[in-house]
Amino acid sequence: MTREPPISTVTTPPRLYRAPEHRMAAGVAAGIADHLGISVLRVRVAFMVLLGLSGLGLLLYAAFWAVVPLRPGDTAVPPRRDVGQLLPFVGIGLGVLLIQVMVFDSVGAAGTAGWLVAIIAVGAGVIWHQSAPERRRQWGDTMPVPWLGAVVEESDRRAFVLRFIGGGVLVAVGIIGVAAVYSPAQNFDAVINGVIFALVGLAGVGVVAAPVLWRTYSQLRSEREGRIREQERAELAAMVHDQVLHTLALIQRNASDVKTVQRLARGQERSLRNWLYKPTASPNERFAAALEQAAAEVEDTFAITVETVVVGDRETDERVGALVAAAREALVNAARHAGVQTVSLYAEVEPDQVSVFVRDRGAGFDPDTVEDHRHGVRGSIIGRMKRHGGRAEIRSGPGEGTEVRLILPISRDSSAAERNK
Amino acid sequence: MSEQPAEHLDPANTRPERLRVFLVDDHAMFRAGVRAELGAHVEVVGEASTVAEAVTRIAAVGPDVVLLDVHMPDGGGRAVLEAMRRSHPQVKFLALSVSDAAEDVIGLIRAGARGYVTKTISPDELAAAIRRVADGDAVFSPRLAGFVLDAFAARPDAPVADPELDQLTNREREVLRLLARGYAYKEIAKELFISIKTVETHVSNVLRKLQMSNRYELSRWAADRRLV
Repeated sequence: MTREPPISTVTTPPRLYRAPEHRMAAGVAAGIADHLGISVLRVRVAFMVLLGLSGLGLLLYAAFWAVVPLRPGDTAVPPRRDVGQLLPFVGIGLGVLLIQVMVFDSVGAAGTAGWLVAIIAVGAGVIWHQSAPERRRQWGDTMPVPWLGAVVEESDRRAFVLRFIGGGVLVAVGIIGVAAVYSPAQNFDAVINGVIFALVGLAGVGVVAAPVLWRTYSQLRSEREGRIREQERAELAAMVHDQVLHTLALIQRNASDVKTVQRLARGQERSLRNWLYKPTASPNERFAAALEQAAAEVEDTFAITVETVVVGDRETDERVGALVAAAREALVNAARHAGVQTVSLYAEVEPDQVSVFVRDRGAGFDPDTVEDHRHGVRGSIIGRMKRHGGRAEIRSGPGEGTEVRLILPISRDSSAAERNK
Repeated sequence: MSEQPAEHLDPANTRPERLRVFLVDDHAMFRAGVRAELGAHVEVVGEASTVAEAVTRIAAVGPDVVLLDVHMPDGGGRAVLEAMRRSHPQVKFLALSVSDAAEDVIGLIRAGARGYVTKTISPDELAAAIRRVADGDAVFSPRLAGFVLDAFAARPDAPVADPELDQLTNREREVLRLLARGYAYKEIAKELFISIKTVETHVSNVLRKLQMSNRYELSRWAADRRLV
């Protein structure tokens, strides 16, 4: 794909580069010569001849300088070019203009023509070379008119639109000027005609380009959607492969051990459920996630089911962490001593307090006789809640099951009314 | 699902005739399992694996209770509910699902199901839940109670259009909390010093509010049903 100002369709490589090794000024002539396979001398002579058109040669040279990149690999200059590279062109152009104004009293027709061609070239060049190089390469492979591809560039759309409009204005001004200059009479009609022609021309370009643009745009969009879908599928496949298939294999190997099979199935179901339905929250940051993690650990350790229901959520801190630890201890006690397969865990976050209830329908016990020598209940649950400004109640009776109630006030006013009484 | 109370676990209690139950689920294995488990308690009068099949067969058989899977091809349980509700108001629906995403649960209840249990429920509890739905009551698993409390949580930015429907009373809230804590109706009645009948009334009122309310959270959940 060439780096010439885009006035025609794109050709395929070899690409046009400036050749730093033979360069006099910027390597433009050498690059063009290499590219066309003719001698450098001829190219330079051509530039000199064009110089006769009121410095058109110089203008073109500067434009090439601005637009054509140095050949990569043999220079320390990064391939990315910026507007600064147009400065030499602007400077030289201004110089030529000054010389013309000084040598002739006015700018001649030829000079004007040179100027206008230059403006068109610059406008197109700006549009062309401001698009990202890798995008350009991509369009160059697929689009008949590569710089149109810039329209569908996803990133930085506003900057692009500004550039495109700027370049378009330059091109339009050039075309209108050409029409005005070459119209025979210098009357108003001629100018109007020129403008109309220019507009018609631009409209034509638009009509031709629109379908291509649209097609390319939808192509890019569907590609992106496809990529996202593909990624999701890959994630799901990885999940199934790493976890579910593994678990199924383990279940087959442990088919005779009911407890193990239940634990495997339960753990797998939980992780799959979380993966499908729950936004991931860190147990170190959110209360609900921390409590669910504690429940999951107890489920896995003791092969029971913990029916977890959490209403509301909040950030954790040291006190909320203590509440979670106490709840975990209550779950462990239920798993150890109740002799049932299912324990209910309910937690609710309210504006003034966080409460947790752990209930089982198991053996139960008489709290008065047990608390003296059961460190778990006294230290890990009641004592821990007290230390952090909360309270714990245990309601149990032989044969009635057990409920542990943990209340943690979270406002300064710790006299939160006890609920459900 | 451990919320079912002992007093409801006797399937041969109130009715002499056996309940007629219809299964809608696209997993044949699961249907066979439920059929085997429920055989002692109820009469399974039919099965269907697609929405279209379910609609025609339920209309032909006229069961008391339909056990309905949420996630099926071509619209899931909701499609069956929406097709049947107007024409067969006497058929009660109990949703049964492996999914417990809030939007699934709330969406199905709003579409007319009278309860929601997950597929891990024990056979006895499932039989009790079917019985309760057939009697015109609602079945609130602890998880569903939690979702409802969440949906009706007092959010400062949620405008209340209809206080009658868009808010829970304190009593209803207390009943839901106890349900979420795993209490049976009898235990709730004892805890709140009210009769079991009153507990049932509160639960039915909550179900009605859940189905009628236009609260933003509920509408959103009903509208956002994710199809997995």
